[in-house]
Amino acid sequence: MGIWEILAQYYQYFLRGTRTTILISLITVFFGFLLGCVIALLRLSKNRLLNGFAGLYITVLRGTPLLVQLYIVYYQLDFIPFPKMTVLDVALDRALPCAIALSMNSAAYIAEIIRAGIQAVDIGQSEAARSVGMTGAQTMLHIVMPQAIKNILPAIGNEFVTMIKETSIIQYLGVSDLMYNNGIVVSATYNPLPCYYISAIIYLILNLVAGKGVNIFERRLKRSDR
Amino acid sequence: MTGENGVLIETKGLKKSFGELEVLKGIDVQIKKGEVVVIIGPSGSGKSTFLRCLNRLEEPSGGQIIFEGEDICSSSANINLLRQKMGMVFQQFNLFNHLNILENITIGPRLVKKADEKISAENAMKLLDRVGLADKAQEYPSRLSGGQKQRIAIVRALAMEPDVMLFDEPTSALDPEMVGEVLGVMKDLAEEGRTMVVVTHEMGFAQKVGTRVLFMDEGQILEDGTPDQIFNHPQNPRTKDFLSKVLNCI
Repeated sequence: MGIWEILAQYYQYFLRGTRTTILISLITVFFGFLLGCVIALLRLSKNRLLNGFAGLYITVLRGTPLLVQLYIVYYQLDFIPFPKMTVLDVALDRALPCAIALSMNSAAYIAEIIRAGIQAVDIGQSEAARSVGMTGAQTMLHIVMPQAIKNILPAIGNEFVTMIKETSIIQYLGVSDLMYNNGIVVSATYNPLPCYYISAIIYLILNLVAGKGVNIFERRLKRSDR
Repeated sequence: MTGENGVLIETKGLKKSFGELEVLKGIDVQIKKGEVVVIIGPSGSGKSTFLRCLNRLEEPSGGQIIFEGEDICSSSANINLLRQKMGMVFQQFNLFNHLNILENITIGPRLVKKADEKISAENAMKLLDRVGLADKAQEYPSRLSGGQKQRIAIVRALAMEPDVMLFDEPTSALDPEMVGEVLGVMKDLAEEGRTMVVVTHEMGFAQKVGTRVLFMDEGQILEDGTPDQIFNHPQNPRTKDFLSKVLNCI
C-alpha cells in the first residue's frame, strides 16, 4: 500500500488523531501559560518560601523526562475519579492526567521565560511608576507587564510549538492522539514509513500555523511600539 | 501640612549601607517649604542615594525621615500615599515606553488618585503647554529628544501636584545643547516657589537658582549654606578642593 492509498483509506484516523492533538495542545498551552505566570510571580517574590518553592518546581520539572512525569502524574492522581466518558473520541480519564502533566511541564519552561522577560524591563520603569505612588501590583500590571510581553512573546511562541510536538508522548497512556492513530494505521497496513511521513507532515503544518499565529500577534504588539 | 517652622522634610541620622559599604553616614538636614536645595559633591559621595532615600526608592538602613510631620519609614506609613506628594525626576528620564506622552502624564493621576480621565487630560495639556510640548501629546517617548523627554518627565511628576520635587541629576544624561531647556523649566518652577531638592553637577544652576547648597562627600554633608557662602566663601577644605576642580577645569 502506497502513501496515497493509505491516505484514501485511513484519512479519518489521521483527522481524528489530529483533532485530539490540537485539543490537548490548546488545553496544555492555556493552562501551562496560566500556571507559568503564577510560578513566575512566585519566583520573583521576595518571600523566600514562595521563591524557593518556585525554584524547586522549575528545577524538578525541567530536570526530569516528560514521559516519567506523565506516568507519575497518571498514577499519583489515580485517586481522583476522572469522569469515565469520551468526548470527541477522547477518553477523559486518560486525557485529563495527560493534560495536567503536560501543563505542569510547560509551566516550568514558561515561568522561566516570563521571569526573564520581566527582569529585562529596565528597573527605572518600575522606579518611575512607584515614584508617582503606584502600588507594586499597579506597577506590574500597567507598566512592567505590557513591556515584558514583547520580550516574552517570541519565546512563548517557541514553547507552544514545542508543546504541540511533545503531546505525541501521550500515546503511551492510550490517548488517541495523532501518534496513537498513526499506530493503528501502521498495524492495519504493515507499512509504517508512509504513515510516519503523513504524521510528520501534519505536525509540521500544525506548527507552521501556530508559528504564523504568534507572528501576527507579535506584529500587532509592535505596532503600538512606534 | 508642614512641621514646625515650615519644615517639610527632616532627616535625623539617616544612614544607608549597601552590604559592607556605608554610603550615607548619618545625615541630619531640614528642608523648608519653598527652599530650592541643591546638593553638589563628587561622584560616589552619596548624593543620589540620599535623594532616593527621601521617597524610599532606597530603603534607609538607619535614622529617620520625617515628611510633613510623619515618619515615612515607620511601618504604619503609607508610602504610596507619601510618594504622591514627592515628585521625582530621574537622570535616565524613565518615561513609560509603551505609553504615549499624554498617557505617560495621566496614568499617575488616573490610577493613583482615581482622577477623572478628561480632567487629568486637560491638566496634562496645560502642563505640556507650559513646557512647550503640547504638540507632542500623541507621540511615543522613543520619538523625542533627551531634553524633550526630561521636560515630559518633569510634567509627569508635576501632574501629581506634589509638595516637593526631587531631581536626581536631571541633566547628566543630556546632550549639552539640551541642558538649557531642562534647566529653564526647573528655574521656572523654582521661581513660582516650589520646594525642590536637586542633585546636580550644574554649578551655574546651583549658584543662580538654588536658595541653599549642600556639599556632600563620603556620605556626609560637609557644608551647608547659601550659594554665595558655598561658592564664594567655602570653609571646608574639601569643598574648596571640589569647587576648584569643577569651576576651573582647564
